[in-house]
Amino acid sequence: MTITQENGSMTARLTGEIDHHTAAYLRHAIDASFVRIRPDRLILDFSGVTFMDSSGVGLALGRYRQTRAAGGTLVLTGLSDRDRRMMQLSGMQNKEGIEFR
Amino acid sequence: MRNRKKTINDFKMAIAARSVNESFCRAAVGAFAALCDPTVEELSDLKTAVSEAVTNCIVHGYREKPGRIYIDAALLEGNVLRVKIRDKGCGIEDVSRAMEPLFTTAGGERSGLGFTVMESFTDSLKVRSAPGKGTVVTLTKKITGKCDG
Ligand SMILES: Nc1ncnc2c1ncn2[C@@H]1O[C@H](COP(=O)(O)OP(=O)(O)OP(=O)(O)O)[C@@H](O)[C@H]1O
Ligand SMILES: [Mg+2]
Repeated sequence: MTITQENGSMTARLTGEIDHHTAAYLRHAIDASFVRIRPDRLILDFSGVTFMDSSGVGLALGRYRQTRAAGGTLVLTGLSDRDRRMMQLSGMQNKEGIEFR
Repeated sequence: MRNRKKTINDFKMAIAARSVNESFCRAAVGAFAALCDPTVEELSDLKTAVSEAVTNCIVHGYREKPGRIYIDAALLEGNVLRVKIRDKGCGIEDVSRAMEPLFTTAGGERSGLGFTVMESFTDSLKVRSAPGKGTVVTLTKKITGKCDG
């Protein structure tokens, strides 16, 4: 995973497989940068993700709560069709402050 | 009906219920399924469903404490893969409630979608559980490719 920042946005480019095991590391790394950068917009880029289960949905929902609490927006991008469908099983696409691109 | 189908090929494994093994479990079942030449989509569906069930054994069944996960995979006649994933953990009090979308007892970073994902990515899902004894999840998925008998 690589994290970059630009104009109030923080982008986390996720790579490889997201499961319960790897999500713990990703969560810690994203949250550590988030509190340091304090972005208005957190972008999670899934284009480098080769596998994801519902732990990826949990990861996104957790980051959503965090950006919301800070008054910001969460953007999800680069999702494959199936991973997007999995995300949308949670109903998060209907929530305020979350964008699918 | 399902039980009457002849078994053409099968494998069993027992593995420590540690999160680092989640990727190994789905890869092992994936490699077994690959003998049937499944589509990329069928393979990812199966691996995702297995990953959900294995993660549940670790997170819920054993509550992240040491234990073992038992996987029994079979290729049945008619190109049907059947995978049983079992733990001897805490079991589930109310199975139908547990299977409702978004239901979770874990909170935090869990979305309560594991069973919903297993259901939507397989052809059948059966959950048998007894409090204090453990849980068995049985998944089946038909593979469109050609299997060597
Ligand atoms: N093997 C198991 N042993 C004990 N309880 C289980 C087991 N599998 C599932 N459960 C119970 O069923 C609930 C729903 O499981 P499900 O996989 O659908 O969601 P989750 O694991 O809570 O969240 P997610 O899978 O989205 O991360 C769990 O919260 C847990 O209470
Ligand atoms: Mg689960």
